[in-house]
Amino acid sequence: MNVTRGFTGRPRVHRPGLPPGQYDAGDDWPVLSAEVTPDLAPADWTFRVDGLVEEPRTWSWEQAHALPGSVYEGDIHCVTSWSKFGVRFGGVSVDTFLAAVRPLPTATHAVAYSHTGYTTNLPLTDLTGGKAWIAFSYDGRPLAPEHGGPARLLVPHLYFWKSAKWVAGLKLLDHDEPGFWEQNGYHARGNPWEEQRYSGD
Amino acid sequence: MTETTFTPPTRFAIPGRIAVTHQGANVWQTATLTEIRRETPRAATFRFAVPAWVGHVPGQHLQLRLTAEDGYSAQRHYSLASAPDDSGHIELTLDHVEGGEVSGWFHSEARPGDRVEVRGPVSGFFAWPGDRPALLIGAGSGVVPLMSMVRHHRARGLGVPLRLLVSARSPEELIYAREYGAETTPVFTRSAPPGTPVGRMTAAHLEPVLAEGPPGGWEAYVCGSNAFAEHASRLLVAAGQPVDRIRIERFG
Ligand SMILES: Cc1cc2nc3c(=O)[nH]c(=O)nc-3n(C[C@H](O)[C@H](O)[C@H](O)COP(=O)(O)OP(=O)(O)OC[C@H]3O[C@@H](n4cnc5c(N)ncnc54)[C@H](O)[C@@H]3O)c2cc1C
Repeated sequence: MNVTRGFTGRPRVHRPGLPPGQYDAGDDWPVLSAEVTPDLAPADWTFRVDGLVEEPRTWSWEQAHALPGSVYEGDIHCVTSWSKFGVRFGGVSVDTFLAAVRPLPTATHAVAYSHTGYTTNLPLTDLTGGKAWIAFSYDGRPLAPEHGGPARLLVPHLYFWKSAKWVAGLKLLDHDEPGFWEQNGYHARGNPWEEQRYSGD
Repeated sequence: MTETTFTPPTRFAIPGRIAVTHQGANVWQTATLTEIRRETPRAATFRFAVPAWVGHVPGQHLQLRLTAEDGYSAQRHYSLASAPDDSGHIELTLDHVEGGEVSGWFHSEARPGDRVEVRGPVSGFFAWPGDRPALLIGAGSGVVPLMSMVRHHRARGLGVPLRLLVSARSPEELIYAREYGAETTPVFTRSAPPGTPVGRMTAAHLEPVLAEGPPGGWEAYVCGSNAFAEHASRLLVAAGQPVDRIRIERFG
């Protein structure tokens, strides 16, 4: 261990639910996207699921809102070391979209992509089983553009760069294909509990 | 697998990636503080010896970790301020954040000889290899990665056009004030030297630079707080800068 002389740090608060190397950002919600926040109206938003599926489909804003709603209440963790506790997102479970397109047995991974062209890769198992959402609201209000509004992917059990803002679609694949940050040296999976920040962690 | 990566069919476009090494990204190394230089009342530059530093491209950042006696550690990201060179040293410039755990240690406690840990460089997105005309726009400590680019441009005597628009509250708070040359236009938001207007960055600051329009256009690099990044990137888009030629580093 390399102790830093004179560094004591903040008082230790045992925070169950805080992954290693993370701190509680409290009420702050930092914004860390690398691109210009797009001027994307709900009427122009669409969400498509294709690739290795029986029946590729595109949903409009109205069609997506007609699906059964689902809420996530819990925590989120950003690779830049902040975590945010007790957030509440409303949207539709990714399971609901997948049920409509029926993934082929060969589908093992997905690339999630944004209306900005941002991409991120995920194993399909991280998107299924009630672990992922297409979120439209935060704390009961429409999701702000800088936080990915009108709609973002939400995969709260992984570092937040996996939760693609301004989500446009999922492409199902039979292999893992690195997305935007993953090509830039970030970890392929990004599990905060194992501190999978960078490739090789 | 050798398939080309998937490019989604979208209305907007994100800039392409810049090739950088990720060699150092997951190896923690000891960085020994060798010098502290005051830049402004709130910011100072910290120079470190990192003998095995793999090198960086201007604009990249690193991860820095401080560890307490009981094993507790705090990690933050910091941009490289120095230009890449083979001195085995790197420089960071840190703002003193009120109540800040890591910047507080640097500004109140740190002295030459102290050791911290770093790993990196990381992220190739906000990197400028010196190969394309660059329009740099920063505010506050957001000028740090941009200064690495300016220093690189000078150190290598690069001919490719480079402009820096840097926003600060006042001349006293302008980081690297003595180092700027003809490439730089400062913008002061609270107080300015006599004859210089006071106010936030506007389209009028961008117009003359965008009008210069070097062949192939500018690659814009915007860095600062999220509020500044949103403001500056909107000005750029409104002035006609293509969104896929705007790279943004938000300090959160
Ligand atoms: C890519 C990148 C590059 C960066 N480059 C630079 C750079 O070149 N220079 C630079 O100065 N900064 C840079 N930053 C910002 C830097 O990473 C830190 O966020 C900054 O130094 C603040 O860290 P800190 O530990 O001092 O403050 P923190 O302890 O993180 O505190 C930040 C604020 O939150 C409050 N706070 C946070 N947690 C708590 C808590 N548990 N209890 C009470 N209050 C709390 C603090 O009071 C303070 O106001 C960069 C950030 C990124 C993402």
